[in-house]
Amino acid sequence: MDKVKNLLEITFFARGGQGAKTAAEILAQGAVSEGKFVQAFPSFGPERSGAPIQTFLRVSNREVRTHEPVLNPDVVVVLDDTLLKTENITRNLKKDAILIVNSVKTAEELSRQLKFFGKIHAVDADGISLKIIGQLRPNTVILGKIIRIARVAKLESIQKEFRKIFAKKLGKEICARNMEAIKKAYDNP
Amino acid sequence: MTDKKIALTGAMAAAEALRQLDIDVFSVYPITPQTPIIEAFAKMKSEGNTAAEIIQVESEHSALSACVGASASGARTATATSSQGLALMNEILYIVSGLRLPILMVVSARALSAPINIHGDHSDVMGARDSGWIQIFSENSQEAYDNTLIGMKLAEKTSLPVMSIMDGFNTSHSVENLEILRDETVRKWVGDFTPENSLLNHKNPVTFGPLVLPNSYFEFKIDQEKTINEAVNEYGKIAKEFEQLSGRKKDCFEQYRMADAREAIVLSGSAAGTAKEAVDKLRASGKKAGLLKINLFRPFPRREVARALAKVPKIAVLDRSQSMGTFPPLYTEIVNSLFPVASYKSRVISYVYGLGGRDIFQTDMEKVFEELEKGKTENRIKYIK
Repeated sequence: MDKVKNLLEITFFARGGQGAKTAAEILAQGAVSEGKFVQAFPSFGPERSGAPIQTFLRVSNREVRTHEPVLNPDVVVVLDDTLLKTENITRNLKKDAILIVNSVKTAEELSRQLKFFGKIHAVDADGISLKIIGQLRPNTVILGKIIRIARVAKLESIQKEFRKIFAKKLGKEICARNMEAIKKAYDNP
Repeated sequence: MTDKKIALTGAMAAAEALRQLDIDVFSVYPITPQTPIIEAFAKMKSEGNTAAEIIQVESEHSALSACVGASASGARTATATSSQGLALMNEILYIVSGLRLPILMVVSARALSAPINIHGDHSDVMGARDSGWIQIFSENSQEAYDNTLIGMKLAEKTSLPVMSIMDGFNTSHSVENLEILRDETVRKWVGDFTPENSLLNHKNPVTFGPLVLPNSYFEFKIDQEKTINEAVNEYGKIAKEFEQLSGRKKDCFEQYRMADAREAIVLSGSAAGTAKEAVDKLRASGKKAGLLKINLFRPFPRREVARALAKVPKIAVLDRSQSMGTFPPLYTEIVNSLFPVASYKSRVISYVYGLGGRDIFQTDMEKVFEELEKGKTENRIKYIK
């Protein structure tokens, strides 16, 4: 969190249907349960599945009043690494910003590809979700990584919010596997 | 009595308000970005958390027509729409206000076709500004919740329809912190809806919507206009009550650091928060910037606005819609309001921003203040692109 601004700003790059909006909302609710102020909002293009979208998240110790999109994020999360070729991910990315990418590539490979030499964290969220959940749920896995790296909220708060939203819809077993997947990404920084 | 502190999108906050208001009928047709409002409400219904009858129809014209029947029968009635949906309701908007039906409409404001665009601006609600509906704008999720509650009570107190307006996507799809009143608090405050006349009161049969000839139509319309003008006072009373209930300040407009302002921005909706950040930044460097955020757009609080702006030398009015062929709606209201202020010599500049979901940034607001300060005023519409 930026000490001066008292604010943490995250931008998600994803494709419609990948669940970036849901991920941002779970993070927001987790932070709210810990007494933080938040704002989570999507920026849709043509509003269709598969199209590139951005979602923004602000977490602060004071009321968030602005409604402008996040311009200079502290953290950028990329849920689909094919977007690295088409979207200008590193635009406005501060030198001390953190990049979290769902990719099978290593951080070094991504750094060379993007010519971004700040902190990069690569996580194979697709692979982990297929292995543990048995479904393609990169947005679930990436939650663990984001809270470990950016400290948006505690692991327990995020798991609690996830259960609140999905327990009924997914059933006990699948929900438990999602919890495990979040923890797996959390435990492997 | 502790209120609940949570985070919701503006759409879900409005749905929660509708549930707490214990509405009888919700007649709707889905359209982006209103859909999350009716999805949230339908979920409440499916989980048994509201007894409201949800009427699904084949168009917005029918949605509002069904509201007419429900409201005239004495039901507490609401609907929700956006953009083309509101445009399609246009014929019925005038019927609702003319019949003096207290229908509440939540609007997630969006651009109008053509060209087609699903994103936020105020073109849809501004197209309905002369239809006899009260219009209240919201800045964020909290206000979308508050104004939906206030709107229903105001509608029933004045027998006039009310639009509770939030910015499509900017507010409707943005998760933000808010405080929710307790169900009992809301129910007690809003009370039961007992209309003076209703179609189902067989002891006092009445006709709604009779033919009125040239000998009395004119008088009817003058009476209707008098009623909506007087609603400024009723809004004031209800806003005060709500302020005591919630601890949140409510008024026709919000004055943010306006006491000694030399340059002021006037606007409505979600851009207000962004403007407040700009005001704070400029104030920190010694500038005298201020913001007047209009909440009640219809009836327009002309006298109060004139008083608030009378001593401000330079004013920029930011509209998120156009009035094709002349100056945009909010600018026109501000100029009209200031016209009777004799000592008024300042210049008011018109800016248009945010059409079709175009983002507006804090730096845009700062630039407007800078232009005001430098006195670069021109008698033409400027566009913040």
